[in-house]
Formats: sequence, structure tokens, C-alpha cells
Amino acid sequence: MSSSSHFVRERLVVVGNGMAGMRTVDELLKLDPARYDIVVFGAEPHVNYDRIALSSVLAGEKNVDDIVINSREWYAEHNITLHTGDPVVAIDLAAHTVTSKSGVTVGYNRLLIATGSKPIVPPIPGLNLPGVCAFRDLKDVDTMIDAAAHYRRAVVIGGGLLGLEAAWGLKRRGMEVAVVHLMPTLMERQLDESAGKLLQRDLTERGISFFTNGQTEMVTGTDRVTGIKLADGREAPADLVVVAIGIRPETELARKAGLEVNRGIVVGDDLSTSDPDVYAVGECCEHRGAVVGLVAPIWDMAKVCAHHLAGGGTLIYQAQATATRLKITGIDVYSAGQLAAGEDEDEIILRDARRGAYRKLVMRGGQVVGTVLYGNVTDGEWYFDLIRKKTDVGDISDRMILGKAATQGGVAPAFDLNAMADDAQVCGCNGVCKGTIVSTINAKKLTTYDEVKSHTKASASCGSCSTLVREILAATLGVEVAKPEIPKVCKCTGCTHEEVRAAIIERKLKTQDAVREAMGWMTKDGCASCRPALNYYLLCAWPGEYIDDSRSRFVNERVHANIQKDGTYSVLPRMWGGTTNAVELAAIATVASKYGAPEIKVTGGQRLGIYGVKKQDLPAVWAELGEAGLVSGHAYGKALRTVKTCVGREWCRFGTQDSTTLGKELEKMTWGNWTPHKFKMAVSGCPRNCAESSIKDLGVICVDAGFELMVGGNGGIELRGTDKLCTVATEEEVLEYAAAFMQLYREEARYLDRTAPYVERVGIDYIRAKIVDDTENRKALQARFLYAQTFLQDDPWAERATQGVDAHEFAKLASPQEALN
Amino acid sequence: MSVTTLNWVQICKLDDILPLRARVIPAAKGEIAIFRCSDDSVFALRNRCPHKQGHLSEGIVHGHRVACPLHGWVIDLESGEAVAPDNGCTPRLPVKVEDGVIWLGNDVAAG
Repeated sequence: MSSSSHFVRERLVVVGNGMAGMRTVDELLKLDPARYDIVVFGAEPHVNYDRIALSSVLAGEKNVDDIVINSREWYAEHNITLHTGDPVVAIDLAAHTVTSKSGVTVGYNRLLIATGSKPIVPPIPGLNLPGVCAFRDLKDVDTMIDAAAHYRRAVVIGGGLLGLEAAWGLKRRGMEVAVVHLMPTLMERQLDESAGKLLQRDLTERGISFFTNGQTEMVTGTDRVTGIKLADGREAPADLVVVAIGIRPETELARKAGLEVNRGIVVGDDLSTSDPDVYAVGECCEHRGAVVGLVAPIWDMAKVCAHHLAGGGTLIYQAQATATRLKITGIDVYSAGQLAAGEDEDEIILRDARRGAYRKLVMRGGQVVGTVLYGNVTDGEWYFDLIRKKTDVGDISDRMILGKAATQGGVAPAFDLNAMADDAQVCGCNGVCKGTIVSTINAKKLTTYDEVKSHTKASASCGSCSTLVREILAATLGVEVAKPEIPKVCKCTGCTHEEVRAAIIERKLKTQDAVREAMGWMTKDGCASCRPALNYYLLCAWPGEYIDDSRSRFVNERVHANIQKDGTYSVLPRMWGGTTNAVELAAIATVASKYGAPEIKVTGGQRLGIYGVKKQDLPAVWAELGEAGLVSGHAYGKALRTVKTCVGREWCRFGTQDSTTLGKELEKMTWGNWTPHKFKMAVSGCPRNCAESSIKDLGVICVDAGFELMVGGNGGIELRGTDKLCTVATEEEVLEYAAAFMQLYREEARYLDRTAPYVERVGIDYIRAKIVDDTENRKALQARFLYAQTFLQDDPWAERATQGVDAHEFAKLASPQEALN
Repeated sequence: MSVTTLNWVQICKLDDILPLRARVIPAAKGEIAIFRCSDDSVFALRNRCPHKQGHLSEGIVHGHRVACPLHGWVIDLESGEAVAPDNGCTPRLPVKVEDGVIWLGNDVAAG
């Protein structure tokens, strides 16, 4: 502590524990940590959290812990006295005291009011019914999440930024959502008519319905809300009504205290109110006739206010142009400055209907004064920078609508750190410039994105500039950019594979329709990308319960044979561990000859493939092979393929273990199993590795002391050697670890990811932790694997050859009486 | 110019085709694939993808579209056109469903 702790410190009381107030305190602590004894009162029972991120919590993308800005430890660490759930109810300017609801009275030397804003409540009947809420704080989000779990239909009143984020979040949580909006187009304060209509079209495609030009007359219901009625007679049923038509400054306390209040609490350029000892920041205040609702100007206010609280007297607050971005997954909207041209101004507009993209620049003289972007918003920050700096763009004005890259003569260049000005803004939410990020990285020796985020606050709010922050970090350190983008399942949805898999389990979704409904799919049947993925995820999550949908499988898995380029099929029976016998060989020879298969080939997986079989002959071929004891080799599937082996110590002078028998046992345990992508194994009898274990999904290399287990190898497209998982002593352990690894991969990999990218993504240490270090978890994984196998080890060929499964699949329709052309 | 007339030929029952699947029928100008969508609408196209002649009947049906099993081209069943960015067209044939029976319009050269 500094020596000032020996003196009696001045007291700063902060009314409001939200983003504006705490940001000011944070800035103040940076300037002069010992100056004040700080006391904070907050109406909500929580610590300070990121209110902008509430829509992400509602949409299920973040949880409450993720959005905490200042933990209780932070308050304690800085000796801040925090009263949560206890709003200030009176300020006595003359006595310099505040009194809270619970009766606490505290004196102050300086007072900071940061009471924020409150939702505008329209004068309509029925708003006091259960099932009606605003979208302002965590309590509202709780109400909405709870309603989504128990009810079906939601109406959101208000088609602005907040209303649409609420609607999307509720849709993501599985509700049927309708939005009522007073104006003809959505978000009319931030978007022009064209972009507003594109937005409505895209949201309609995502299953949200709209009542535009809709004035809500009343909310209906007796014990709970049942719907709404519009003035023009339209009605919509609802189990939840969210009112999000706007906010107004929370000024009641200041007004009662006698401070000058207009629309907001009136503040000067130094953020002081009509009483020189009282300051106000954030949405509650009014500066030069304007109130604010976005985060960037509030951060500016915090900085200026902290400067004055710390005794500075020079900084002044100036309102800046602001930019808006909508936080709805997969819908990119950006606007800044003026939305439309006035007198002596022009608009440049680019439409790309096919891509659903739109961009507009509003020009005055040689300067950009506004932009509206829809679809591709990557140039938003660049345009915003030109707007804020009033840059003369005369030279490039004919090309600039095409984006920054087009003005630099050619294709989009790789990120060039030096080309970006130090004062170019990177994070619009937190007002962080490139220069600040670079100097912080260098000064604090930061090496990870998370560190940069927490030190500079860049990308810490809405997160939309995270890619740029990563690029700046990488360029500053001189390394490659780490690619953070988590892939979505397909274009039918904004959900990631992980989100879908988690929801299937947590929300007990057991059919594809249930998943598509609950997760807000934009298509009824899905598409050729998501259907096989969902089919696999459900099959993996609910063994024995989910019925495999053959119509959601690629042709090879549906007909249990590989389609060849001429439309014929290949048939590959299983040869356990690469071994066969005279009876099997005779049967293969017989069917190949009988059904005119032109080729038999030894495959890379140590077995024989019969090529050129006609689809309608498949059941008969399988029946004859089945009589000789041959079963499907699943050579066509995202499934266990083969277990390649060498001859081992039975025959080989170097062999240390019986690799062939172990390979057969592994294959007997795992055959029939469906996996995110194909799964290949091998067992080599010695480190010479003749079975190529080191490029398999799971490879075993026998050594004198036991068995080395290797995982995540791949001999295809991108060659990758295995990582060593561990060494085990017995064959029984090999089987146990193999089952556990396969199940971990089944449960966690994205559909169509081989083990190689999966292992690279999670890291071998993670897999060791789950399988080697955690015996209980390993055994649980093994148990789940073996349980699933009890449903999967039916030979699909036998079912189709002799039990009539999918008979329609293999028969052509009978020819009609009249010959068709 | 040759004149053609349309003969409606009875093909099969609607229920002979599973929803979201297709079946094929031989024809002089090449196999015809008959698709049944989840909304029970029915479409008939030559069973070959404009790209590499893949059997469309083996593809995954979704909405009013089918994805070719060979290289994933998506064909719009209503128009026979490949969905952008791909470009190509598979001939469509007239088809109708009446009382649960599927009829195909057979072009017959007349006179």
C-alpha cells in the first residue's frame, strides 16, 4: 500500500454496480488506486457483469459465469465495499450522504451516479401478468430461459437490436417466436430499409415470424399471459411476452435529489452534474442533449470521469460516431454514422442478391459519413475508421464500395500489421486501438489471445473483432495465426457440432426432427451434410433407443456396399485380422464368377474385394457369402474398417507377441461400430511395425514388455504419425484401452473428423488424462462402448440377404405396360 | 417440327416409395428416378447427374432437392437445375399423383 493509507481518505460512493460505474472505478484505480475509500451500491444481487452478453447467455452460447466482469475477489482486492441487492433510495446533496433501501446511510466526498436505464413500458393493459418480462438483466434472462423450458410460444414486442436478439435467443431455445414491430422495417434506427428487409427475410427463413406495422393494443390472459392483440385486429398466441421497445435513462433518484435532469441527468464535458461533487456516467446521463445506449461512448465517459475524480482537470468527453453490430449467429449486420443521404450527399449502393449481401456508403463531399452493411461486414471497421477520421477518400471513392482489398489493387491481402494505423480502432465495444494492443503485448509480454483480451479488453464484449485481435497478436509475435473458428454443422444452422451434441444429451433429444426443432434449424428435412451427422450423433447418444435412419445415410452406408463411378458396387467381406480360409475363398470365387464381377482385388486393409456387382444382385451375393460364414467388412462406412496385423511370433523370428490373434480379438470386439469417420487399427508384432501401426487411428506395437498403444495416425490426405498414448502389459488392457479410446472419439469428435484432427484439436495430454490417468473414466467409456456394441453387432448383409430388411432398396419398380421413352 | 402427345402411364403407388427416397424405372432414353419428398410431393427426373452421370436416385433427398451420391452436386427437383455454384440440368418428366397412384407423362412422337 502507498503511504496515503495512513491518512483519512476521501470517500467515493458509486450508485449503480453496472458496466459504466465499474468501468469508471476500474479507470480510477489505474490512475490513483489509493485516493478513495470506495463504496458501491447495486440494485441487482450480482457482481458487475457484461450486459451486452445477455443475448449470448439467452442463446445458450455463454453461461452466467462467462459474463462476469468483476468477481467478488476483485472488489475485495481493491478494498471496495460492495452492497448488492440494495439500491440507493435517497441522496442528500446538502449533507453529502446516500441512504439505501435497507437503511444504510453513507457519507461521501464525491458521488458517482451510474444508474443506467430502464426498459420503456408501453401503456397497454396486461403487462403485469406472469409470463411478461423485459430484456434488461439476468433476472429477465432467467425468466425467458425458464419459459423456454416449459412453454412453446413467445412474442417479442419490439423489432430493434434488443428485441431481435431476444427473439433469436428464444428461437435457439426451441420456442416458436413472433416479433411485433411498430415500424414497417426492422432495426430502423440502425439500418436502412433495404438492409432491414434483408434481415427480416433471413430471420423469417430461420423460423421467426413478424408482425410489422404492428401496434400492440393489449396483452391477454387471466392467470398467465395467453397472447397479444394488435390495434388492427391481428392476434398472436403467446406463453411468454418480452417487451423490448427501448430504454430510457433511470433518473428518478437524481431528480428527487434535486439534480438537473432533462431526458437524462445533465452532465458537462467533465461528466459532472449540476452539483460539482456529483458525477454521472453511462446510460443515465445526458451530454449536450444526447443520451447514449451503446458501450463505446460509455467507455469514453468512464475514462474522462475517472480522470476528473483522480484530480485531473484537462480531459473532456466528446461524443463520437458509433457503430452497431447485431449479435445473431450467422447474420452479419453493421452500421455506423448516417443511414441515408441528406441534401448534398450521395449514396453508393452494392447489392448481391444471390449471396444476400448489401452494402451502402453515404458520402458527403469526398468523405464517408455513414455505412450500412449486410451479409459481408468485414470492411465495417475500415469504413468506420474513415468516418471517424473524416478521411478524404477522393482517390478511391469509385472502388471503395467493393471493400478495402479492392482499393489496394487486387485480392484481399494477408493481414499486414504495418499497414494498419496505430490509432485504427480494433474493438468498437471497448474503444481499443491497434497501437494499444501492440504496445500492451510488448510491454506485458503477452502470448495468448485470452491474455490480450483480458489485458486490453479488446474483443472482450461482443467478440466480433476476435479474429482481428488474433491476427494482431500473431503479427506482433511474428507467428502464424491460431485459427479459432469453430465449424458449424452445416448451412441449415448456426449451431456448432459441440452445441448440437450437448443439447442432444442435456435436453434428451431423441429424433432428428426434435433436434432440428429445438436447435432452430432453418430447413425442415436438413440437408445432405447435417442429416448423416445428426443420424450419427443420435445413434451414438441413444444406443438401442434411436432407430438408425437409412435415408440419412450416404448411399454406401445405406446399401452396405461402395458405389463405384459406373454405378456398380464393390463387396468386401470381413477377413478377421487379415486371415481367411479355403471355404471363404471358394465362396468369393463362386459369387464373382456367377454374378459377373470383373475384378477381385487384395485391398489395403488385408482383405479381398469383389468389384462390379450390380445393385439388384447385392442381396443374392451376400446370401451366398453368408453361407460360407462371411459377414460385411464395413468397407463402405464411417465405421470400424479393418485391423491389420503382421504374422507375429507364431511365425516371425522377431515377433514378440501373438499380434495376429490380438488383432482378431480387437476386430471381434469392435466390428459393426459406427464412428464419426472411418476407423482403422493395426497390430504389429515388433517395433519393425510391418502392419503400419503408426499411421492408424489406433495402432498397437508389441514389445517385449507389453504393448505400446498409439493413436491419431492417418495415412491419407494429410499424413500424420500416431501419438503414443501409453504402454500396457496385457492383451486384456489393450482391449480395454482400445474400447475407451474409440468411445471417447465417438462421443467427442465432429462428424467426418478422423482421429488425427480430433487428437490434434484436443491434444494427446487431454486424451491421456481421460483414458490413462483416470481409471474410472476409462472403464466407464469402455462400458458405454460395449453396451453400444450389443445393438450394433448384427451383420447388415445377413439382415438384407435373408431377413428382407430394406427390400425396396434393391428392387427396381416393375416396368409399366407401356414402354417409357 | 415433330408433334408430341403426352400419354399418362401408371407407374406405382405413392406408398411404394418411402418419403425422402427414390426408386427407378427403366426407360428407352435412360433410367427414370421417381422421388418422394417429405411433404409427399413427387418428382421424376432422368437418373443421371449433369456432372458425371451419378445415379441421383441414390442421393439424400432434402426439401425439394437431392444431393448426388458421387460428388455432392445438389439438384433442384422442381427445375432439374443444379443448385449454384454448380451449373447443369437434368431433364424432368411430367408426373402426377392421383388417389395415391403415381402417373408419369410419356412423350410419344405422333404422326
